Amino acid sequence: MAELNAIKELRVEHITKRFPGVLACDDISLCVGEHEILALVGENGAGKTTLMNIIMGLYQSDEGAIYINGNEVNFKSPNDAFSAGIGMVHQHYMLVPNMTVLENVALGIKECWKSVVDLKLVRDKVNEVSEKYGLKVDPDAYIWQLSVGEQQRVELVKTLCQGAGFLILDEPTSALTPQETEDLIVLLKRMSKELSIIFISHKLNEVKALSDKVSILRHGRVVFEGNTKDYSPKQIAALMTGHEVEIAENKADPVEGESVLDIRNLCVKSDRGFYALDNFNLEVKAGEIVGLAGVSGNGQKELAEVINGLRKAESGSIRFFGTEIQNKSPDEVIALGMGYIPEERNTEGIVPSMSIKENMILKDSASPRFSKKNFLNHKAIEKYTDEMREKFDIRSPNMFVAAGSLSGGNIQKVILAREIDRNPKFLICVYPIRGLDMGAAEFIHKQLLALRERGVGILLISEELDEIMNLSDRIAVIFKGQNKAVLNKGEATTSRLGILMAGVKEDE
Amino acid sequence: MSNYKLIYKIVVITAAVFIALFAGALIIVAVGGNVFETYWIILSMPFQNFRSLCEVFTRMIPLMIIALGICVSSRCGINNIGAEGQMYMGVIAACAVAFSVQGLPSIIAVPICILSAALAGAAYGFIPGFLKAKLDVSELLSTVMLNYAAAQFYKFCIRLPLRDPNDATGTPMSARLPDNTILTKFFRGTSLHSGIILALILVVVIYILLFRTTWGYKMRAAGASKMAARYGGINVPLYLIIAMCISGACAGMAGSVELMGVQARAMENITSGYGFSGIVVALFASLHPIAVIPASFFFGILLYSQVNLQILTSVPPNLVQTIQGVIILIIVSLQMVINNPYSQERFRKRFFKNQIKDIKEAR
Repeated sequence: MAELNAIKELRVEHITKRFPGVLACDDISLCVGEHEILALVGENGAGKTTLMNIIMGLYQSDEGAIYINGNEVNFKSPNDAFSAGIGMVHQHYMLVPNMTVLENVALGIKECWKSVVDLKLVRDKVNEVSEKYGLKVDPDAYIWQLSVGEQQRVELVKTLCQGAGFLILDEPTSALTPQETEDLIVLLKRMSKELSIIFISHKLNEVKALSDKVSILRHGRVVFEGNTKDYSPKQIAALMTGHEVEIAENKADPVEGESVLDIRNLCVKSDRGFYALDNFNLEVKAGEIVGLAGVSGNGQKELAEVINGLRKAESGSIRFFGTEIQNKSPDEVIALGMGYIPEERNTEGIVPSMSIKENMILKDSASPRFSKKNFLNHKAIEKYTDEMREKFDIRSPNMFVAAGSLSGGNIQKVILAREIDRNPKFLICVYPIRGLDMGAAEFIHKQLLALRERGVGILLISEELDEIMNLSDRIAVIFKGQNKAVLNKGEATTSRLGILMAGVKEDE
Repeated sequence: MSNYKLIYKIVVITAAVFIALFAGALIIVAVGGNVFETYWIILSMPFQNFRSLCEVFTRMIPLMIIALGICVSSRCGINNIGAEGQMYMGVIAACAVAFSVQGLPSIIAVPICILSAALAGAAYGFIPGFLKAKLDVSELLSTVMLNYAAAQFYKFCIRLPLRDPNDATGTPMSARLPDNTILTKFFRGTSLHSGIILALILVVVIYILLFRTTWGYKMRAAGASKMAARYGGINVPLYLIIAMCISGACAGMAGSVELMGVQARAMENITSGYGFSGIVVALFASLHPIAVIPASFFFGILLYSQVNLQILTSVPPNLVQTIQGVIILIIVSLQMVINNPYSQERFRKRFFKNQIKDIKEAR
């Protein structure tokens, strides 16, 4: 690792950053000492990411200054921050999809940039780092082949390979299983003997378990600072949202509806050509929520895609209200009443460069509600969009802004509004609250439960066991493309699910 | 709030104009011309008299029609560099059909010729569209290659099947088109022909297609995010092919109006590079059909100045193409600068710092 001057203290003082019309950071001051872990919590749009981008030199602050060991520093670009020993793992991964893991790591290591990139040196570094911290990555896989969870691991390895002595982690656990999260917490705690860490999270249990200090941001201001051990997660949640948070829970009795989605012996290939789903079986009844737990990359993405006609099924069958839908086109599946909240909300769930209004009709532009003889009825679309913005609390300056410019929570609300208001007969949700703050997550969960009340079957694919256990009637566990077990609500515990998710057979 | 953005844009555009003029001046000096005289001729000659203005309008027609087609294809996410080839195909089709509709009244003959040109162009645009949609063949590769094929096929046509049988000079060109297929000239002694009506109608049609119909909506969605469009049940390959056919049809029509309105016979170099200039016009117009009108007017002026420079100065007319190239480069970089949030931000910080304080105090 590069020899770096240890960062004994990082202090930001009176940072103010204004974007057109928004004060993203308003007079923020923070201080992180050596071997300290600071948790930065706050709802989406509270200014956490902006603040971190300022520390990393991606943005310049309008006012205020950053001090390392008491000396003022001025980072003009992330390179300056790297060379000072600060590394960041972003919420949205900064990886080149058509390069291998090794090549991506090599991008950040100048020593290996010779006439021919010294990949051996990089490989050694990657191996060293992954062994040291127990981060398993396949150095020769292409990024586009990896699941979100695997990509995050690559990001961590990349940052550590650059010799960072001060880590900024923007929601690092959002893609990990409970076990992995626990491991990561242990790991980060151990690493804090050598490093200092700023850790952004929505998950207050983790904040509690990991951090020494906590700072809460709301609307660009620090509203609370304190030692983590003095406060309960519930207190922190109340401070963060400004009101008491209630968790949406499915308390209804199990339903005995008709089977609406019946998947039998389904085999599907992944982009890399191996079988992502291998004789997968699953049944969902009308009016029930089936949670599918599993570590990302075990075939969840492929499952959602094959049901929605976006991926080819090699063999097996998917019956949807009695009709076989495997290898039908996406529009045929949509016409049968399938709703789908995709994993990639920023690129798949919306057309980012199009307005909110235009995104509202992505699936229904040709329906008589929004067009007559193929001419769009802009008035009707605008009226509808206004209703949806009201009903689903989509916060945006107006309906003509590009959907991609919204925050993650609001993008998800746009998708949710569109999918739910189409009156689907069935809904597939993939990681519906990943990266969202508690307020947005609570809202989305309530909407899902309301949909369940209306007799709609829901397949909830998630890695968050709390989410799955709170909402589901039955819980299935996917591992390496197979359905390992289906448990009833009462039978499932975190540890039992965790064991199944790790691929261990229950009787072993 | 967008106050500084507007000022920023004006500053950047003005700066770009001056940079373009300066770069052009360097080139003019390098070839031994008189800078001010040259610029004066380029910018003022079109407005000297009505005839000159009509010359500019005439050049606008094919530029506009081609640029409209490019708007459709580019918005659907496919780069049609093949307008030149599609235009050649349009010329061939219009020319061939023109001789077989002799005797029909021109109100019927003209649309038949234009329609056949559109069909030929669409068919020629279909090939790269189909290859892209079904086999993922890069449209850059296929359209450029098809341009060569079309140019050679055109040369063959005007030397053999379409060759003027009564020509004694040996020039490879077709016979003069029958009168019933020649487009009406509006004013005596000027070149402006009725093709401009077609061009203006097409502006409206393409605008409505793109922004008022479900097809246009789906095309734009497919172009903006293929993944999201697929997710939304849009048949992306189908719309890709349709967009390429529309784009090709436009280029084909541009070929036919150039043939029937200006040249009256198919001859060498009839496309005059319109197929490429049209792409630039479309980009200059930010792929918006309405903005295509002023953009093509501007490029019309540039193209027309080639003629004047040749007559009036010692500056070689190719120089205009050089200047055109420089302008294109500057415009492309200009759009980058205008849309770059970081330079916007730096500009704001430099000159509008007090606005931040105002906002803070207002809270």
